[in-house]
Amino acid sequence: MSVTEILFWFLSLLALGSAIMVVASKSPVHSILFLIITFFAISGHYILLNAQFLAIVNIIVYAGAIMVLFLFVVMLMNLNAESEPLQKNKYLLYGGTIAGASLLLVLVAALKQSSVTGQMVETNSGSVGLIENLGKLLFTDYVFPFEISSVLFLSAMIGAVVISKKEA
Amino acid sequence: MPVNYYIFLALALFCIGVVGVLTRRNAIIIFMCIELMLNAANLLLVAFSKLQTQTPNLATAGSDAQIFVFFIMVVAAAEVTVGLAIIVMMYRNTHSVDVNFLNRLKN
Repeated sequence: MSVTEILFWFLSLLALGSAIMVVASKSPVHSILFLIITFFAISGHYILLNAQFLAIVNIIVYAGAIMVLFLFVVMLMNLNAESEPLQKNKYLLYGGTIAGASLLLVLVAALKQSSVTGQMVETNSGSVGLIENLGKLLFTDYVFPFEISSVLFLSAMIGAVVISKKEA
Repeated sequence: MPVNYYIFLALALFCIGVVGVLTRRNAIIIFMCIELMLNAANLLLVAFSKLQTQTPNLATAGSDAQIFVFFIMVVAAAEVTVGLAIIVMMYRNTHSVDVNFLNRLKN
């Protein structure tokens, strides 16, 4: 078992375990912290796949900005395990779990025989994910979507201000 | 690594997100589970972008997928700001983040 495989299994188990804890933990703050661990594990996967740009962006944008925003809102509302609205309907709880597990079962069974099966993914090699290539592509072929996304950000900012303004 | 492992990992993460959306009642946790599902899709896109190509001389093969992942992150950041503003507004009106309070449109 090579170092890459050991790292793959470690990061996968970390991602899956903390993702389960996101759903299972009572306190919203704990859920957010476990989700940050999941995002770091996914960033580790990106580094294993030699997609360094996306790994860094994932840490900065998701673990750094979005999760801090979530944490900020939870702290602002003073949510904790006591004020957590628990699922009273047991049938809904079991039904949701069984539905998700069935979805996983069906998708795994369907994709087990797919045509990509057996193809290998390049790890620790290739220069596709380096910032040099992606930056060049972003400012030549994809410059129009890049500019449009700035307009999207502006409209999201205005929308957030308008929605959360008092007596809107 | 075989690409199957990445497919199954992304599927498992996605299904955990689905279970969270279906079972939890806290609006913020439901929103976080949606982020988890988005990240599962991103991981799968990156894994597919690194498939060993038949034409190895093409140096930029698969870079489109990584640009797509970048734009998904951009859209997710914009989505989170608006979504959290809506949740804050809902909390201000009902003093709760329980989604079951929001069934007033039913009848």
